[in-house]
Amino acid sequence: MQYHTPATFEDAAKIAFDAQGITRFLAGGTDVLVQLRSDLVEPDTLIDVKKIEGTNNITKNADGSWTLGVAVSGAEMSEHPELGNDWPGLVEAMDLIGSTQVQGRATLTGNLCNGSPAADSVPVMFATGATVSVTGPDGTREVAVEDIPAGPGKTNLAKGELVSAIHIPPRGQGGGDAYLRFIPRTEMDIAVVGCGVNLRVDGDTITEARIALGAVAPTVVLVPDAAAAIVGTKLDDAALDALAAAASAACNPIDDKRGTVEFRTHVAGVLAKRAAKIAYDRAKG
Amino acid sequence: MALDSQKTEGFKQIGTRPDRPDGVDKVTGRARFGADMTAPGMLWGVIVRSPHAHARIVKIDTSKAEAMEGVKAVVTRADFSDAITPAPGMRGEMWNVLENVMADEKALYDGHAVAAVAATSQLAARDAAKAITVQYEVLPHVTDVDKAMEDGAPVIRDGTAEASVPEGMHPNVVRYHESGQGDLDAGFAAADLVIEETFKTEATHQGYIEPHACLATLGGDGKGELWCCTQGHWNVQKVCAALLGLETSQLRVTASEIGGGFGGKTAVFIEPVALALSRKANKPVKLVMTRSEVFRSTGPTASTSMDVKIGMTKDGTITAAQGIFRCQGGAFPGAPMEFTAMCSFAPYNLKAVKQIGYDVMTNRPKQAAYRAPGSPMAAFAVESVIDELCNKLGLDPIDTRLKNASREGTQANFGPKWDRIGLVETLEAAKAHPHYATPLKPGQGRGISCGFWFNHGGETAVMLALSEDGTAQLAVGTPDIGGSRASMAMMAAEELGIPYENVRCTIADTASLGYNEISHGSRVTYASGLATIEAARDAVKKLCARAAAKWGIPEDAVKWEDGCAVPSGPNAGDHDPLPLAKITAKMGATGGPIVGHFEATPEGAGVSFATHIVDAEVDQETGKTNVSRYTVVQDAGKAIHPTYVEGQFQGGAAQGIGWALNEEYIYGEDGRLQNAGFLDYRIPVASDLPMIDTVIVEVPNPGHPYGVRGVGETSICPPLAAIANAVSNAAGVRLKQLPMSPPRILKALGKHG
Ligand SMILES: Cc1cc2nc3c(=O)[nH]c(=O)nc-3n(C[C@H](O)[C@H](O)[C@H](O)COP(=O)(O)OP(=O)(O)OC[C@H]3O[C@@H](n4cnc5c(N)ncnc54)[C@H](O)[C@@H]3O)c2cc1C
Repeated sequence: MQYHTPATFEDAAKIAFDAQGITRFLAGGTDVLVQLRSDLVEPDTLIDVKKIEGTNNITKNADGSWTLGVAVSGAEMSEHPELGNDWPGLVEAMDLIGSTQVQGRATLTGNLCNGSPAADSVPVMFATGATVSVTGPDGTREVAVEDIPAGPGKTNLAKGELVSAIHIPPRGQGGGDAYLRFIPRTEMDIAVVGCGVNLRVDGDTITEARIALGAVAPTVVLVPDAAAAIVGTKLDDAALDALAAAASAACNPIDDKRGTVEFRTHVAGVLAKRAAKIAYDRAKG
Repeated sequence: MALDSQKTEGFKQIGTRPDRPDGVDKVTGRARFGADMTAPGMLWGVIVRSPHAHARIVKIDTSKAEAMEGVKAVVTRADFSDAITPAPGMRGEMWNVLENVMADEKALYDGHAVAAVAATSQLAARDAAKAITVQYEVLPHVTDVDKAMEDGAPVIRDGTAEASVPEGMHPNVVRYHESGQGDLDAGFAAADLVIEETFKTEATHQGYIEPHACLATLGGDGKGELWCCTQGHWNVQKVCAALLGLETSQLRVTASEIGGGFGGKTAVFIEPVALALSRKANKPVKLVMTRSEVFRSTGPTASTSMDVKIGMTKDGTITAAQGIFRCQGGAFPGAPMEFTAMCSFAPYNLKAVKQIGYDVMTNRPKQAAYRAPGSPMAAFAVESVIDELCNKLGLDPIDTRLKNASREGTQANFGPKWDRIGLVETLEAAKAHPHYATPLKPGQGRGISCGFWFNHGGETAVMLALSEDGTAQLAVGTPDIGGSRASMAMMAAEELGIPYENVRCTIADTASLGYNEISHGSRVTYASGLATIEAARDAVKKLCARAAAKWGIPEDAVKWEDGCAVPSGPNAGDHDPLPLAKITAKMGATGGPIVGHFEATPEGAGVSFATHIVDAEVDQETGKTNVSRYTVVQDAGKAIHPTYVEGQFQGGAAQGIGWALNEEYIYGEDGRLQNAGFLDYRIPVASDLPMIDTVIVEVPNPGHPYGVRGVGETSICPPLAAIANAVSNAAGVRLKQLPMSPPRILKALGKHG
C-alpha cells in the first residue's frame, strides 16, 4: 500500500490518475480505515487530502453562501457559531454520524463519496441544493451533489477526480431545513430510512421545497413529487398526507437485515411528514 | 437446613459500599486483559474458518501458507488428541468441544474453525491464513429450530440422540426432558379460561466487550503455560489437557482480567489451538479473536420455539399449565432445554403441570451459557400467557401472581419442595413500589413478570495467608466477573476484624489452589464467599491458638473479637486483647506462617426469584419502542456489597432490553451470519435505557453463613416477558416473537403489508 500526502488538489488528482489497483482518498478515514481493518477493502493507494491547505476551513461568502473544505469534521460544523443558524438540518444530520470520537474525524465529503444510500448527511445536502467542486486531470468543475452518488459504494467521479470543496447556497429569507432518520436504537446506528427537507415560506405558504430520501433506493434520491405535494400549501393535513404518499411512492428499497420493503416504504412517508413539519416551523421562525 | 453458625445481621462491613479494589487498575489501563500479554519470541496465530453453514471438508492444502516468510506452524484437526471419541448427548461433550475447536470431516456452521497458522507478525499470519486453501463439498443446511425438526431436514450428525428421545423424531432432536405432576386434563377442565400460544425467541450473544484472547506456551516436553480470558481457568486446564493429550498438572493456566463473560467465557475455543500451534512452532503463540469471529464462532444462547397452555379460574387461580420448549443449540447437543422446562413454571404453586423440552441441533455455532441459560425464554412464554389471562379476566397481574406464588414448602413444578424462598417478598415489594402506583400516560403500557434461577455451588478452594504486618492475602479461584474481589475482601475483613483495605484478594492461577469450578451459576459470592468465610475462620482458629500458647491457657479459652484474641471468659484469666498484627508480627517464631484454607463443594446455593415492572411506549407510526421506566425487585439473600448487587440487577435488565427489542442472530438463505458486528447486532446503547431502579429484597439463604444468594443470573429472567407485556399492552396487540423490532411491531399493528 502506498500512502500519499499531496499539497494540492491538482497533485492529488495526478497521483490518483496514475495509480494502479484500488485507490482511496483519506478524509476522516471513518469509512476507509474501518473497511481496511475489517478486510473489506485494502487500497493499493491511499491519498490523504488533509495536508492540502484550506481543507479545514468553513467560509461564509459575501452572497451568504457557504464553502466547506473537504476535511471539515462534523464536530467543526456543530461548533461553528453561524453555520447551524443558517442550516440547522444539515448540521444536525452530520452530527448524527457516529460518536464523539467519530465526529472529530468524519466529513461531509467522505459521507457523500463513500456512496452509501444510507449516508445521513446526504439527503439534506441534496435538499439544500448543494454543489461540489470536482478537481481532475483536466481541471476543476462544479457538480450538483445529487450527481455524485451512482449506486451502493459507487460515485460518478472518474479516475483521477476528487471533490475539492462543498458549496451550500445562501440561506435567504423564510427558509428552513430538517433531517430525520429512523434507527431502531437512539444513536450509533445506520439509517433504515432518512429524509431531508428544505423549504421556503412566504407568510404561511410554502413557496419552494426540495425533499430527498435515504436508504430507500440504491442511492439517496431527490423526490420532486414529494416537494410538489407541499408547495403552495400551508402544510395542512391533506398536504401532509399527499407528501407521505409521494415519499412512499418514490421508494424502491430492498429487504435486508435492517428493514423490510414494507417497513421502509411506510416509514419514509412518516418521516417525510415529521421532517417537513420541523422545516416548516423553522422557516416561519 | 440452616447453617448453625448463620449470622444475617449485626455486621461491621457487610452491607457497606467501599471502593472497588480493581477500580484504579481499570481506569488507568494498568489492568491486564487477555490481549495485553506478550512473551519474548512470540508468534501470532490466526484461525481459518468455514464460510459455509454445512460442508464436507474434502481437502486442506497448507503448502502455500507453510512456504510463506514468517510462517512457523500450521495446525489442523490432526494436531489434536485422537483419544477422544464421540458419544450420544452430553456424554460426548469432550469430543463435542474438540469438534467445535477444530472441525474434522465436516464444517458444521459458518465460522467453524478448520485450520490455524502461526507467524512472526499478525499481518503475516493473516496473509498466511488466506493462503490456506480448503476444498469444500457444500451440504444442505438448516438454522431454524422448527425446520430442523421437520421430516427431510438435513441431518447434522446421526447417532447423537440419547435414548430418552421419543421414537420417530428427527435425528437432529438429540435430548429430551419431561417433568411435572398432577392431572392436566382435570386441571384444564376446571379453568374458566384456557389460553394456548406459540412463542419464538432468537439467539442472542452475551456481547462481552472483550473478545477472546490468549497467550500459550507449550513445549515438546508437555509442559505448558497459558494466559487467557476466561470465567474458569481450571476448566480450561482440564479441557486443553484432554484435547492436546497432556497431563493436567503440567499445564498452568492464569486467568487474565476479564472484560465481560456473562456465561460466554465458560467455554473453550481458541486456547487449545494456540497451544497446538505453540507446541508445533516451539514458541509462545498469541491468539486474539476479531469481533466478527466472536459473533460467528463463540456461543450465543439458544433460540427457541415454545408452546404454552395455561388454565385459570375467574378469581385468578391457575388450574393447570403445560409447556413444550424446543431449543436449538447449534451443531452440538447442549441447548439448555431442561433449564427452560424446569424454570418455566417455577414461580407458581401448581397442582397440575407438565413441561417438555427438546434439544435440537442446527447449523449454527455451539451455544454457550448466557446468564440463567434457558430461563429467560421460558419466562417470556409463560408470563406472556399469564398477562393475557389477567387482561382477559380483568385481574391485577401482581395479585394474581401472589395468589399462585411458590412459597417455602410448596412442591416445585419439577419435583422438589422449596426451602426458604423470597418470591412473595419480591411481589409484595413490587406492589408497594411507587412505580406500580404511578398512572400510565396515554400510549404507555405496563408489564410485570416474575423470574427464577436455580443458582449453583460447585467445587471451591480458597486460601487466606496472613502477612507479618497484619494484612491478609486472599487467593480465590473464581475469576472476578462481577465485583467478587470486593465482596470476598469484605467477608474476610468481617471475619478477621480488620479493615477492608487490609485484605488483598487475587485470582490465583491453577498451580496455586485446588480445583475451582467456573465462575458460573451465580455461584461466586455464594461458594467462594462461603469458602472465604471458612478460610478466615480457619485462620482465626490458628490465631487464637497462638494467643492461647502465649497466655498458657487452653485454645478453647480464647475467642476472637474485633480483630483481637481475647480470653473467652473470667476463668480464662486476665489478659489484654491481643490484636491480629501483634500475633502475625511474631508468627515466624511462634509456629510459622498462619494460613487459613477451605476446600469443599457447597450445595446450599439458595434459589433466587425476581419481579420486574416495566413501562414502555410504542410509536404507532414506526413501531419503535421506548422503555420509559424500569424497576427490578430481586431477592439477594444478603447483599454483601449492595452497589454490586444493584449493578447485577441493572445489567440483567439492560441485556434483557436488548434481547427483547433488537438483538438477534440473522442468517441469510445461505446459512451465513449476516450481522457479525456491533453495528447490526444491536445491543442497547446508554441512551436507549431508562434509569433502572432497583429494590434489594433480603430473605436469607439458609445455606450460606451470611444468607447470600447468587444474584447475577435471576436478573435476566423476567425482562423479556416484562417488556413484551408492557409493549403488548401499549400496542394493544400481543407480541409473541422476539426481538420486538420496529418492523415486527408495525406489522403486528397492521400498519402495512
Ligand atoms: C462508529 C461509526 C459510526 C458511524 N455512524 C454513521 C452514521 O450514523 N451515519 C452515517 O452516514 N455514517 C456513519 N458512519 C460512516 C462514516 O463515519 C461516514 O460516512 C463519514 O462521513 C465518512 O467520512 P470520512 O471523512 O471519515 O471518510 P473517509 O473514510 O476518509 O472516506 C470515505 C470515502 O470517501 C472517499 N473520499 C474521501 N474524500 C474524498 C474526496 N475529497 N474526493 C472523493 N472521494 C473522497 C474515500 O475514497 C472513501 O471512499 C459511521 C462510522 C463509524 C466508524
